[in-house]
Amino acid sequence: MERNQLHRLVALSRQPLFDQGFLDEQFLQLEELQDDANPNFVEEVVTLYYRDSARLILNIEQALERNPLDFNKLDILMHQFKGSSSSIGAKKVKAECTFFRENCRAGNGEGCIRTFQQLKKEYATLRKKLEAYFQLTRQVGPAETACRPK
Amino acid sequence: MEIAGEILRRSLPEEVGVSYGSSSDSEELHVLAVDDSYVDRKVIERLLRISSCKVTAVESGTRALQFLGLDGEKNSVGFSDLKVNLIMTDYSMPGMTGYELLKKIKESSAFREIPVVIMSSENILARIDRCLEEGAEEFIVKPVKLSDVKRLKDFIMKGDGEEKGRRTILKRKMQDDIFSLSSQFPASDSVSSELESSTPLYLSKRPKLLNRG
Repeated sequence: MERNQLHRLVALSRQPLFDQGFLDEQFLQLEELQDDANPNFVEEVVTLYYRDSARLILNIEQALERNPLDFNKLDILMHQFKGSSSSIGAKKVKAECTFFRENCRAGNGEGCIRTFQQLKKEYATLRKKLEAYFQLTRQVGPAETACRPK
Repeated sequence: MEIAGEILRRSLPEEVGVSYGSSSDSEELHVLAVDDSYVDRKVIERLLRISSCKVTAVESGTRALQFLGLDGEKNSVGFSDLKVNLIMTDYSMPGMTGYELLKKIKESSAFREIPVVIMSSENILARIDRCLEEGAEEFIVKPVKLSDVKRLKDFIMKGDGEEKGRRTILKRKMQDDIFSLSSQFPASDSVSSELESSTPLYLSKRPKLLNRG
């Protein structure tokens, strides 16, 4: 594909990620940290996030199987998860984390379980979208993907 | 008095670039970053490196104290190479919180002058007040941005800049009479820092920088 077409494709792919609320400003901040020496920094951080948070997700799942639920522990786990999600700009995932914590504070077990299901969906959706996006950007090269002029 | 002593020791013209207690001889700040989140450590490391800072990133308050040599263990590492100019720590960490780490650092005579910045994803006023009262330089709500790091760096470099100004005066004076220098510097450098730490830091933040000179 011609270079210009690739650029446009990248621009067209990334805009919905922001418009539809999957990503926020923090993702842009991460892109600002990329340069020729570190062209894949954002992808590296996102990969790290998914690897690292898999453990947290498992812990939360296990904690949700307890009876009675330990809301304090769940809140602590979710605080960590929310922090990482926030660091990569995962807007929808972060919102679900907030709902989950509200349910913890209200002692609403069913609310926690429901919110967690929704959270996992958003988490998986974002992963697919970002994987597709990074595949595209790798073809184009780093300098063209950052939307702010250097 | 200690400073005058240093001048006397380094009286050779080619050694005039004295750095008394600021970042090692290079211009780069050395930041100790403390965060239990792997993702956040990676991001803060990058933020700092891109801002031309040296970074040591550790995962806990305990590790941070070990690195500084404050953990009570006999520390065989010479600090001149490891001089830390800024500590950035997450607030919520398992084990030792950032607040507890802050207290330990401010209780240490060796390290209390190092600015400590607390980072937290939660914007809780009581928490912020508590940290500032304990001597935190600043409280940053996460996620940390490049502009935050730039601002911090400028803030710290400005303090060093004033010391550098002094060193330039030193250089010129060196050619003259070394002994007249001892009257230039407040002999009570340690005394003035005692006074500073007794006032609530968030009130005396700016004056603290000016008094350093």
